[in-house]
Amino acid sequence: MAELGEPAKIKNYVFFEVEILDPKTKGQLCFLDKVDPHSTIGEIKCLFHKAYPHWYPSRQALKLDPKGKALKDDEILQNLPVGTTATLYFKDLGPQVGWTMVFLSEYAGPLFIYLVFYFRLPYIYHHKHAFTSSPYPAVTTALLLFSPSSLACVCHSIHYIKRLVETIFVHRFSHGTMPLRNIVRNCLYYWGFAAWLAYYINHPLYTPPYYGNKQVNYALAMFAICQAGNFSIHLALNNLRSDGSKARKIPYPTKNPFTWLFFLVSCPNYTYEAGAWFSFTIMTQCLPVGLFTLISFIQMTIWAKGKHYTYIREFKEYPSLRMAIIPFLL
Amino acid sequence: HPVSGAMASSEEDGSVEEKENNKKKTKRPFVTAWLTIYNIAMTAGWMVLAVAMVRFYVQKGTHKGLYKSISRTLKFFQTFALLEIFHCAFGMVRTSVIVTGVQVCSRVFMVWLVTHSIKQIQNEESVVLFLVAWTVTEITRYSFYTFSLLNHLPYFIKWARYNLFIVLYPVGVAGELLTIYAALPYVRKSGMFSVRLPNKYNVSFDYYICLIIVMLSYIPLFPQLFFHMLRQRRKVLHGEVMVEKED
Repeated sequence: MAELGEPAKIKNYVFFEVEILDPKTKGQLCFLDKVDPHSTIGEIKCLFHKAYPHWYPSRQALKLDPKGKALKDDEILQNLPVGTTATLYFKDLGPQVGWTMVFLSEYAGPLFIYLVFYFRLPYIYHHKHAFTSSPYPAVTTALLLFSPSSLACVCHSIHYIKRLVETIFVHRFSHGTMPLRNIVRNCLYYWGFAAWLAYYINHPLYTPPYYGNKQVNYALAMFAICQAGNFSIHLALNNLRSDGSKARKIPYPTKNPFTWLFFLVSCPNYTYEAGAWFSFTIMTQCLPVGLFTLISFIQMTIWAKGKHYTYIREFKEYPSLRMAIIPFLL
Repeated sequence: HPVSGAMASSEEDGSVEEKENNKKKTKRPFVTAWLTIYNIAMTAGWMVLAVAMVRFYVQKGTHKGLYKSISRTLKFFQTFALLEIFHCAFGMVRTSVIVTGVQVCSRVFMVWLVTHSIKQIQNEESVVLFLVAWTVTEITRYSFYTFSLLNHLPYFIKWARYNLFIVLYPVGVAGELLTIYAALPYVRKSGMFSVRLPNKYNVSFDYYICLIIVMLSYIPLFPQLFFHMLRQRRKVLHGEVMVEKED
C-alpha cells in the first residue's frame, strides 16, 4: 500500500499523489506522485498508460468507487472528493474502436453486400442466373425506366453512401471510442440483414409490388423526402456544435422546411430514418425489409426517448409540444 | 433448449438470493406471496408429471405412448413457465429477462414446435431422456425457490440444485438433440412450417434448415451455460473466492 507521508511541496505548491487500484483484489496497480492538482483524469490516464502500455487511455475507466461510475476525462483532480492522496479504481473496458471506424465498417458492408446480390454473383442463386438481372417490365419512374429491383438497388445504395458521407464530413462524435465487441455485434446485424433482404429483392423469383407502378412511385417519392429530411436534420444538429462547445443545446427549426419537424419531435432524424425504411418496405413489398424496419424503429424509439427525456431534464424551457419520435404519439 | 438440465435462472446465486429474499419479504409482501404460490404450484405440477411417468412405465412396461399420456400436463406447466419472463421484466425476480427468456422459450419451442407438431417422433427414446432430465431439474429448481422464499432451505435441496445439473444437463441436451435429429426427415418430407418463393411478401422460410441451425446453436450455448453453473456451484457450495472474468 502507498505510504501516506507528507505530500511533496515545492515553493508552497501542493502536489497530489494518485494510487490506482484493482477493484477486485484492491492491489495497487500504479502509484503516481507529484501529480499536478489541476491535472485532468485524461492526463492521469496517459500517465497510467506509460506504466501499462497495452492499456491505452480510451480503454481505461477510472472510478472513485469500485462499483461507481467512470470519471469523465475532463474532470480535474483537485475538484474530486479526494484528499491529497487520491485512490482510483481501474477497469479495463476492453479493446476500443474509434466511432468513425465503427460507422464506416457498419455502412460500407451493407453497401457492397447488396451489390453482390444485385449483380447476382455466382453461388448465391441458381447458376443459370449468375450475372443476370431482373427480367421484370420496367417501372416508369419520374421519366427514368427502372425495374423495381434496380430502383431498390439505387435507393439502398444512396442511403448507405449518404451515411458514409455524413460519417466522414458531417457528424461530430461526443465519445471517442466504443468497445470492440460492439462493432462485431453491430456489423453482424447490419451486414446480416442487408444480405437477407438483398437476397429476396434480387431473387429471380421476386414478385413486384401488388399495386405496381403506383405503389413503387409513391413509395419512392416518400423515400426521397425522408432521405432529404434526415440529411437536413444531421446538418442542423451539426451546426449546433459548430463553435466547438461540448454543451448541449436545444435544436430549433431553421429556414429549411425539412427541419420544421423540430416543432413536433425531439429527434426528427430518427423520424425521417424510420420513414425512409418504411417507404423502402412499401417499394419492395418484402417482408424481411419490413422486419428490419420494425427492429430499427424499436431501437430508434428507445434512443429518441432517451434523448427526449435528457432534453426535458436539462432544459426547463423545453417546448412541451414535442414528442420523442412520432408527432403527438410517441 | 440447453436448459434441459440447467438449473435455470443462471444468474441467481444461492447466498445472494437468500439475503435478497429477506429484503424483498419485508418490502413486498404481495410479490413474495405470489412467487411462493407460483413456485409451490410448479413444484407440484412437475411432481404430478414425474408420478404419471413412473406409473405409466410401471404399468405398461414400455415408453411407447408415454409422451401421449402426459403431453397435456407437460404442455400446461411448461407453457405456464412463460410467466417467469414477466417476473424478471417487472423486477419481481432478480434475473436477466433475456437469460430467462431464452431458457423458457427454448423449452416451449421443444414442446410445441417439435414434440407436439411432429407426432412421429413422440415414441423415441430420446424424448423420455429429456423428459426425465427436465422433470428432475424442475422439481429441484422450483422447490429450491419455494424453500428460499419461505426462508427455510434444507441443505439437501441446495446440494441437489447445484450438483444434479452436472448429470442432468448433458443428459437433457442429448435427449433434445437426438429428438430434433430424429424429427428432421419428417420435416423435410412434409415441408411443415415452411414458405417458398415466389410469394407476394418476397420471403422464404425452411423449417428444416431452421432446426439444423437450432441444433448448431447448442454448440456455443451449452458450454457457456454449463460452466456458468459450475462457477455458481463453487461459489455457493464451497465459498471459494472466484475472481470472475470481466464482462
